[in-house]
Amino acid sequence: MRISYDARGLAEPVAQAPRVATVESGENGLVAVFDAAELTTRQINLELRRLVYDEGVAEVTIRNPGAKHSLAVGILARCRITIEGSLGYFGCGLIDGPEIHITGRVGWSVAENMMSGVVVIDKNSGSLTGAALRGGDVVVRGDVGARSGIDQKGGTILVGGNAGMMTGFMLQRGRQVICGNVGGGLGDSMYDGAIYVGGKVTSLGVDCVEAELDASDDEFLARKLGIYGIEAPASWRKFVCGRKLWNYDNLEPAERKLVL
Amino acid sequence: MCGIAGIIHRDGPGDIGAEMTRMLQSMKHRGPDSSGFALYGPPSDLLVMRIKLADPNEARGFGWSERLERHRNEVEHRLAKIGAMVDVMHGDQEYAYRVTFRYSGELKPLADYMEDVPGCEVLSLGHSLEIVKDLNDAESVAEQYRLSGFTGTHAIGHVRMATESDVDISGAHPYWAYPFSDIAVVHNGQLTNYHMWRRRLERLGHRFQSECDSEIIAVYLAQKMDDGLSLETAMKQSLDELDGVFTYLVVTEDSLGVAKDEMAAKPLVLYESPELVALASEEVAIRAVIGHEIDTYDPYEREVLVWQR
Repeated sequence: MRISYDARGLAEPVAQAPRVATVESGENGLVAVFDAAELTTRQINLELRRLVYDEGVAEVTIRNPGAKHSLAVGILARCRITIEGSLGYFGCGLIDGPEIHITGRVGWSVAENMMSGVVVIDKNSGSLTGAALRGGDVVVRGDVGARSGIDQKGGTILVGGNAGMMTGFMLQRGRQVICGNVGGGLGDSMYDGAIYVGGKVTSLGVDCVEAELDASDDEFLARKLGIYGIEAPASWRKFVCGRKLWNYDNLEPAERKLVL
Repeated sequence: MCGIAGIIHRDGPGDIGAEMTRMLQSMKHRGPDSSGFALYGPPSDLLVMRIKLADPNEARGFGWSERLERHRNEVEHRLAKIGAMVDVMHGDQEYAYRVTFRYSGELKPLADYMEDVPGCEVLSLGHSLEIVKDLNDAESVAEQYRLSGFTGTHAIGHVRMATESDVDISGAHPYWAYPFSDIAVVHNGQLTNYHMWRRRLERLGHRFQSECDSEIIAVYLAQKMDDGLSLETAMKQSLDELDGVFTYLVVTEDSLGVAKDEMAAKPLVLYESPELVALASEEVAIRAVIGHEIDTYDPYEREVLVWQR
């Protein structure tokens, strides 16, 4: 059998929503379920948009996503989406509002540029988790790859397991909570925001420094972990920007050297 | 971008030809220029050699077929002359041949002698390894070279989006570690100290057929193993000695290994079970050969992993 499926979902400009979902009324409004095994990326996204925007469905379940890329992207409405299985790269990007639960794992760049809402991933996540995140919560119960929250500008990234290198690279605002260990270059060139680590830190990146936790940090950590039922580690360490790179010019060669 | 894939069966031979085709075809979007396979069939006393005599996209002037026929006969003649007893010589294309033969001498003089035939390039040579690569997508290549019935223990493959060198068979992966038998590499990334390593290896007497940076990884690792290092140690040294971004897969007669650079800049998804290990640039490729629901993870930066068949 030949594989004609294009995992990117391109080259289908005239695709239409396949209208395969079964829709029923539930306690909080309409509830829909559909199987994605035989659908292309574009068909899955069109079906999802049809259900959320045209039908006003409050809860959608997608079965057998099969690690396809770019699923559930660009949803700008309050709704609940459950994905039973794993996603490929660029899943749940550019969303504003939905609560998404993924029972499997996700590839690189999940929830990229998310504005608000919640994305909960039960297993592992690839690199660039929550890249350029603007708001909302991205929760990974397993491990994440490298460069989580690169260029993050708001919101919270919560990781139950370990994180790779350059976690919080160029973090500008928002918070990251890593219950396990983190790789080298933590918080490299971060501008602001905070990173909380429960396990071992391999090394700190340029201009990232350790800070004392205060009562508001403890309250924040207990509240966020409580919401998602993630077990807290024995102790926390907090990392913030050292602010050495906020201003420098030719008269400050030492600071320049730090970044170059 | 490029896509790489590998599979190793731990419980005896499997349908690696068909499996690798499915894995590569599902990643066609990562590299539509060419597709390549390095397949390990049952080891034999005979040596198996894959050669190409021309590129499919080169200009076919007057007498193209006759010239290829002449060069094919010259290869057979030279094999006999150097002391090899040819078993079967079979052409899947008029420019690509598979030869099995009995030979007990050094491989380098034999391979050099073959490549002296105009247009001839030895794609692979060993007791088990066979490299098949050509332009076009994986299913087309598998069909042209009839790979669907190929059984064996492990394989790697590559779909190529050419960035650093030409679109031709010489620039396609996998690369055999000329002249070391049964070692091959596929690579996703770019090496920035390619020329330095190429000069170093050339000073040791190695030849390079392509301008592709990935070719040096195969020879680099094989040379280290020839110097007495284990595959795993050689791969660990490569993390410090090769510059640039890379995720590469290497196969030897009984092992499959993967290494990632210190920035974890290129993706790799890994699935491990007691029966087999499958790894690829994208999870869709692994799911193309495994029917049930699976859990996968991404190796971290500077990780070196090796599995035995």
